[in-house]
Amino acid sequence: MRSYLSSRLKQLSQKKFFQTGLRNPLKSVSSAKSACYLLFLFSLLFLSCNQKKDSQTEISFWAMGAEGEFVQKLVPEFEKQNPGIKIKVQMVPWTAAQEKLVTAYASDNSPDVYQLGNTWVPQFSALGAIEELNPWIQNSSVVKREKYFEGIWDTNVLESGVYGIPWYVDTRVLFYRKDVLAKAGYNLPPKTWEELYDCSKKIKATQPADKYPIYIPTNEWAPFVIFGLQANANLLKNNATYGNFQSKEFQTAFSFLINFIKEKLAPMSVSQVTNIYQAFAGEYLNMYISGPWNVNEFKKWMTGNLADKWMTAPLPNMVGGKYPGVSLAGGSSLVMSKHSKKKESAWKFIEYLSTPKTQAELYHLINDLPAVKEAWNDPLLKNDIYLKSFYDQFQNVVATPKIPEWEQIVFSKLQQYAEYTARGVMTVNEAMKAMDGDVNTILEKRRWMISRNLKYKK
Amino acid sequence: MKNNNFKALIFFLGPAMLAIFVFFFIPVISAFVISFTDFDIYSLGNFSNARFIGLRNYTQLFEDPLFWTALQNTFFFVILAGPLSVFVSLFAAMLLNAKLVKFKGIFRLTYFMPVVTTLIAVAIVWRFIYHPRFGLLNYLLGFFQINPVDWLGDPFWAMPAIVLMSVWKNFGYNMIIFIAGLNNIPSDLYEAATIEGASWWQQFRSITLPMLVPTTLFISVITMIGYFQLFAEPYIMTQGGPLNKTLSIVQYMYQEGFRWWNMGYSAAIAFVLFFIIFLGTVIQSLIHKKLKHT
Repeated sequence: MRSYLSSRLKQLSQKKFFQTGLRNPLKSVSSAKSACYLLFLFSLLFLSCNQKKDSQTEISFWAMGAEGEFVQKLVPEFEKQNPGIKIKVQMVPWTAAQEKLVTAYASDNSPDVYQLGNTWVPQFSALGAIEELNPWIQNSSVVKREKYFEGIWDTNVLESGVYGIPWYVDTRVLFYRKDVLAKAGYNLPPKTWEELYDCSKKIKATQPADKYPIYIPTNEWAPFVIFGLQANANLLKNNATYGNFQSKEFQTAFSFLINFIKEKLAPMSVSQVTNIYQAFAGEYLNMYISGPWNVNEFKKWMTGNLADKWMTAPLPNMVGGKYPGVSLAGGSSLVMSKHSKKKESAWKFIEYLSTPKTQAELYHLINDLPAVKEAWNDPLLKNDIYLKSFYDQFQNVVATPKIPEWEQIVFSKLQQYAEYTARGVMTVNEAMKAMDGDVNTILEKRRWMISRNLKYKK
Repeated sequence: MKNNNFKALIFFLGPAMLAIFVFFFIPVISAFVISFTDFDIYSLGNFSNARFIGLRNYTQLFEDPLFWTALQNTFFFVILAGPLSVFVSLFAAMLLNAKLVKFKGIFRLTYFMPVVTTLIAVAIVWRFIYHPRFGLLNYLLGFFQINPVDWLGDPFWAMPAIVLMSVWKNFGYNMIIFIAGLNNIPSDLYEAATIEGASWWQQFRSITLPMLVPTTLFISVITMIGYFQLFAEPYIMTQGGPLNKTLSIVQYMYQEGFRWWNMGYSAAIAFVLFFIIFLGTVIQSLIHKKLKHT
């Protein structure tokens, strides 16, 4: 190969390409012509600048995934009500959303309004990217705190104020096979941890060894945190600057869940379950703690005589606790860019998306559960038997610690140590000790920031 | 004449040099500077929240068990997949170069196909092949009475499974280069050797291999650099699991940098990786220089 290249090079150099061919390209562009080009380019630039300066205000709105696709259908109605405002919807894929939004902020190109997963709100507030909304809420007749589920609203409240308006909500409930549980003697879903364990044991006894009563994947942190919260664990301590996963409460909850895997009541490896719906249909898995995004998928997959064999239920609780036990306040919020020049119009759009009517319409379009309680009176929502447990569960949801580092703590560390313990590489105690060590390292910057009075805003 | 040459140089190289300076040197230098700070999400909002911390990122890196795991995995991958990949492509090239083979074009195309197929598609198909319950591989092994293996879920087998897939995906590219190298060996050498009564193995050892040294050097350097940057395969197939046994160094860098916004730490990982690749390339070229002279 090398010899080919070198001989070719030799040929080329013999042609004296560089010496003879040089002048022509330079000469061919006459100065008159290039001046014309420049003039043309500049005029284009001016034209494009001028076009934006008519009476219309254009609001850019970024939404993720399905929301980005379908929210467009809600826009015409808004534009009819507010003739001066145009909404430009930009769809961002979920997987790249955070990256794109942070980059957009860094380059001063943030959209006026955007959707944020509510666990991201602390991060974007720390960045100084989003507007504190209290002044807007105080003058609003549409957006009022009491119209929302309490736990959900709270995810948007930071020390320095309210930073997002809940748009749609989610939380985790128990999905289960009615018939399999009934066979094991549970006509009603488990209401306590003990019942959950006992029920799993009994299902295991009715089934062949390669099937599992419950699915507790170690690459989903939510159940571990939920059970920790149910056990009254304080996940972080000292103003969320140190990890507290070694606490007795968290360890109890954590070992309780890991035990399902150790006793083969739940599959060890995540790769064994590529399709959860198929696994449910084949009774390979019979209980799973998951969110509303799975309701439609289950409806789609569990058809024919399987259609009435599954159900959802609020989460069980520790003995002595009220039912349902606490779950996580998830969902997405609408936020306004701090540097937007069109905040008035942007707020109008947020208000429009927060009316019960639009909220119900969003459910009709893509089955996002409404954040505004009133919208749940919509017949489609009210009559859906699978959604009732979600409504009940929303009465008892709480936010995870509201610090920018939270996602890293749970996604990269808690899931890792869950896997380590499930596979027996570490004991629960060892894992939680290592966990706290890692969390303390991650939170070092936060401690420094707090020592400087959290002056992280621009 | 001299002056003209200089003008020509500026004319042809200037734009490229400018682009390289703006899009390569500036980012690399700033990344190097950032690797001595704790630049993170707080600093993105306000630069004064970044601290200059000297070598702390690097010292922390060397104490980070996850970094060593990632490094170990990456080396394991390079050492296993690198030579295997070169060997398989040489073997395929020799087969395709044999005078007896017909329909060479079709074979070449088939073997090259995985290279041009999107990695995402390939990885998803291979995930099905490796599936513990419905996978093709376990089905085939069943004929030999071998118990099903959870290829991507077992800490021991996950990395070899990824090696196998990567070699299959990449050998076509190197094969094409080897074919070109083989075609460049003058046939009179073989004719002479045949007349002298040299066996196939002797011809292979004394003619083919020595003549292929430059090609092999090129291929092994390119392959090594590519394999040290292992990312997409485990990212799609295992997300670094099980037990972080397929977490590669680039994936760790990506996670730290673009998932958790620890830019300083991530930049430090990048420079350690750069240093390793640089060292590897130097060692390889030294070895081949020696080979060439003997």
